[in-house]
Amino acid sequence: LNTAETPFDFVTASYLTRIGNQSAGTLAELLTGLEHCSDASIFHHTFQTLGTHHFLTEGFSNDFAQWVLASTNRNDLAEQLTALDIRDYMSIAALRSDLCRVVRDFCDAEPQFAAQSGLERFYFCESVEVTVPLGRSTRNLDEFREGLEHLSHASFYFHFISSRLRLQLQTNDFSLWLSGSLGLRTLADSVNQIDIYTNTLDSARTKMLRLIDRERRKA
Amino acid sequence: MSEVLTASRIPLENYAEVVGAGEIEELRALAKPLRGRSIEMINSTAVGGGVAEILNRLVPLAEELDLGIRWDVMKGAEEFFDVTKSFHNALHGEPYHAKPKDFEIFLSYNEQNRATLPLDAEFVVIHDPQPAALIDARKPSSNHWVWRCHIDLSHPNRAVWDFLEKFVTRYDGAMFSSPEFSRQLSIPQYLFYPAIDPLSEKNCPLDSEFIEQVLRRYQIDPQRPILTQISRFDRLKDPVGVIRAYRIVKRYFDCQLVLAGGSASDDPEGALVLKDALRAAEQDPDIKILELPAWAPLEVNALQRASTIVVQKSLREGFGLTVSEALWKKKPVVASAVGGIPSQIIHKHTGLLAHSVEGTAYQIRFLLSHPQIAAKLGENGHEHVKENFLITQKLKRYLALFLMLDRGL
Repeated sequence: LNTAETPFDFVTASYLTRIGNQSAGTLAELLTGLEHCSDASIFHHTFQTLGTHHFLTEGFSNDFAQWVLASTNRNDLAEQLTALDIRDYMSIAALRSDLCRVVRDFCDAEPQFAAQSGLERFYFCESVEVTVPLGRSTRNLDEFREGLEHLSHASFYFHFISSRLRLQLQTNDFSLWLSGSLGLRTLADSVNQIDIYTNTLDSARTKMLRLIDRERRKA
Repeated sequence: MSEVLTASRIPLENYAEVVGAGEIEELRALAKPLRGRSIEMINSTAVGGGVAEILNRLVPLAEELDLGIRWDVMKGAEEFFDVTKSFHNALHGEPYHAKPKDFEIFLSYNEQNRATLPLDAEFVVIHDPQPAALIDARKPSSNHWVWRCHIDLSHPNRAVWDFLEKFVTRYDGAMFSSPEFSRQLSIPQYLFYPAIDPLSEKNCPLDSEFIEQVLRRYQIDPQRPILTQISRFDRLKDPVGVIRAYRIVKRYFDCQLVLAGGSASDDPEGALVLKDALRAAEQDPDIKILELPAWAPLEVNALQRASTIVVQKSLREGFGLTVSEALWKKKPVVASAVGGIPSQIIHKHTGLLAHSVEGTAYQIRFLLSHPQIAAKLGENGHEHVKENFLITQKLKRYLALFLMLDRGL
């Protein structure tokens, strides 16, 4: 097994939700909120919500889509918002731009729904990330597997999902290390292809462990 | 002595079976930089009420992580608690004409407590309005003070809130149970969900024999669908509305309704609501209205576990932890979209929300007709609680808060 010069240091993260001063009661207000809320708020309602709601693998994608569906009953708009995949974005600005475009297009096409009050209000929030090292360092695939198997959800989420944005790349901490430090490019790609929308954090981890086991058998 | 010594202790390791060893390791990692640091929690009662219940569980767990935590209860005479009870109701939006004397009483008891409480911990957490004015004891830039508000401040009495706000804005941050409960404040506000303890008597796994015994005691038929609402007899919990919804469902399904709550004997308003519910029940043998002694946690647990569907048809609600209790037991829940309930019920994912008697009845009928969907909602609900509303998650949130304050994030 290859030994990496740079170890993989497992980190855990805890998230506090900061309540913003913006809220929306209609689709028009949602659009205004999307245009003006902080980047941390867009992150919270798209990336972060995948971590806190990872167990929902059917029809749940982000908080905006869920609010549109449950509170305004606009299934068509909700579907379009659900279809936005955070893996396609390398910046919050790009993601915000698409969220705004989808809502704006809908409001322009269906102005009678834009001002209709939803059943509940949408509250814009932000995530505050607090990280702490787990004190576990790995240099080869066996050690990495061992560490991965015992990670908490928050730690797994931090390395696998929220890292995409931090790295400004279309990858994640695990794939980056597997490819860059162990030279296992194919394994890294397979890990990166695990669907984070249709898997729970647990099932994504199980798939990852299976891919690693296959790689170990090859070695 | 103002310090509360918690009696019951459940070792942190016992929670590993429920939440996984990784989560416990994570708690230890987060606590490591805070080891030995001093924390003081202050509220107004050691027993009764949700805050005391949570602190009774949280403080021993924090001690196990080697945090220097203590829990103090402020002292006050009847006149103080009369005023704070009025403030509490007024902050919930009830009409109230505050007199200058009320504010004087409030300030006077806060001042007395400032003289006796330590208030020198690195992290001071003040719970609810009663001790809010203790912030006057804070020395400039010496330690971190945060205010945890457990009540709904969305429509407060203006005079009471204006008075309190002057104190609240001097804290480093405020924590609310739902974004809907918060105010526009100049200090950061954080979302802090209340929590249930999966190992407490109200939520621990039960033998099926015990559950059957409880059903027999109350003459509930386990072979027919059981709809249950657990709540005190309070107009805001709308027990009569639940009975009306049940009557609609009953046209289509041979079901039973259980309304169970604490005894209404020492609560005049509760006794009236109970009477209304009994009248609305019209001696229907399939409606069981149960006054449980001091909430009998094991019986509540058994009734929830025996239920086909759990209902929470509140007109207004705080957080509504009975919803989390039911979800933890993998029960499909139909609940009103009020207060903290939408945080727990993600519509069509972890339960169904309703906005009327008819809507509640419709959602119940839908779930009785689609047991597989009901089971899926229950499974998702359990995971939602595990991820967000367990005492271990609450502890983690506090650790993150202290680390964040310490690092000046």
